[in-house]
Amino acid sequence: MKSMLAIIRRDLLLAMRRKSEVLTALFFFMIVVSLFPLGIGPEPALLRKIAPGVLWVAALLATMLGLQRMFAPDHADGTLEQMALSPTPLGLLVGGKIAAHWLVSGLPLVLLAPVLGLQFDLDAGALGVLVVTLLVGTPLLSLIGAIGAALTLGIRGGGVLLSLLVLPLYVPALIFGAGAVDAHISGLGAGGHLSLLAALLALAVFFAPWATTAALRIALE
Amino acid sequence: MNNKIINWFRYASPQSFYPLAGRMVPWFWALTAAFGVVGLYISFFVAPTDAQQGEGYRIIFIHVPASWMSMFIYCVMAAWAGLGLIFNTRLSGMMASALAPTGALMAFLSLWTGALWGKPMWGAWWVWDARLTSELILFFLYIGFIALQSAIDDPRRADKAGAILALVGVVNIPIIYFSVKWWNTLHQGSTINLTKAPSMAQTMLWGMLLMALCFWMYSIAVALMRARAIILERETHTEWVKQLVEVKS
Amino acid sequence: MNWNSPAEFFAMGGYGLYVWGSFGVTLVVMIAEPFLVRHRRSAILRSLRRERIAEELDQQ
Repeated sequence: MKSMLAIIRRDLLLAMRRKSEVLTALFFFMIVVSLFPLGIGPEPALLRKIAPGVLWVAALLATMLGLQRMFAPDHADGTLEQMALSPTPLGLLVGGKIAAHWLVSGLPLVLLAPVLGLQFDLDAGALGVLVVTLLVGTPLLSLIGAIGAALTLGIRGGGVLLSLLVLPLYVPALIFGAGAVDAHISGLGAGGHLSLLAALLALAVFFAPWATTAALRIALE
Repeated sequence: MNNKIINWFRYASPQSFYPLAGRMVPWFWALTAAFGVVGLYISFFVAPTDAQQGEGYRIIFIHVPASWMSMFIYCVMAAWAGLGLIFNTRLSGMMASALAPTGALMAFLSLWTGALWGKPMWGAWWVWDARLTSELILFFLYIGFIALQSAIDDPRRADKAGAILALVGVVNIPIIYFSVKWWNTLHQGSTINLTKAPSMAQTMLWGMLLMALCFWMYSIAVALMRARAIILERETHTEWVKQLVEVKS
Repeated sequence: MNWNSPAEFFAMGGYGLYVWGSFGVTLVVMIAEPFLVRHRRSAILRSLRRERIAEELDQQ
């Protein structure tokens, strides 16, 4: 547990040293979201309707940006091999790296989302639900993404391949996440969607680090 | 007891599987043709015209088998992948990669025939129907598997990475299907449901089953053929490949 | 029997384009795939044979 926290602290420190990467993903999120009204038109009713989907798809793509760097630098300088050899189970260390990825590229999106939601004329209740779905959903994205990042480690054309592998697996998160906000707006209540999203997160917390570890060991062979 | 185990594992080596597969392929082709001829005869000449959909419903005789096969092949692929990870046999990975293109093809056929069926029945080439959408995502999963394997040069690593992806995919398929179905029911009005098969006649069911068997045999035959090619590609420098009649002549 | 004439059979009650479009593409794909696989195998066999001949020449 202590080494897991150490990993998180180390990765956060490294991210702070390269602020531009974190900010790039954040601005990417903002720009993509702002492009939609320009493409579709400024009609408030229409914007309210598409807001959950647009914000979620943009968040999905923005978390993808940082995925490739989750293991690649550590793989390049040999840190990853040291981790695999260390007495601490690799799964825990991988869990730490996933948590750090979420703190760096997931949490800022959650905090920024309500501001962007205002652009789409969402009311306070809907914004609240949006934040909750992203709070539950972005860790899920980091967890699933970690499997893809580990599988494509050190492969040529890894970036595009990574999106090809991971995006289909993101579908349930997108459906339940955007659906919760949609259901809230249409007055159905977001409870069902949210609990399903939370169930997916629980499932991923158990299985994703395990699959990621297996994939990393293959990449290190 | 001990003997049995050894016998099983004997066929798990590419060297002994290669000639075995070669002997099996013609039989599966014969079965494909037999089931295909009878199935097509029933589909076109025995099965009656549907009361609601006229003759257009006859697409069902290939649409449903293709959809079944696309899902089933993914499961078989994942099973081979799991076996490969557990027992570390070379053949398992080869079988998984031999099955993937055929599975992707079945998913494509299911989408294609679904679109051609949808146009006259729903009035649109593509409808975001729960099953069509899941089939599309399944197609993406196949493409991801094939792309991942072809991006890795070392075949052993390609096998293992593909195996993990296939297992992750097979866990996700039910979740994806369920979520898409849930999404579909919430956004009703944009789709018309064609799930209720209009009281299928007995002969229609038989036609569909026979065509499904035909697709099964076809998939096995093609997968065995592809497995043979993959074995040769990977075992190029082994002695037994050099001793093969095909190479010597 | 469902059909009184070949023309009726090919028209498929007005759904000809869709029915034959489905069956036709399926047939084409199912014929093309085995040929592609066979081509793949013969390509590797060809290179194996070439390798063997090169080895024999080497020994001479």
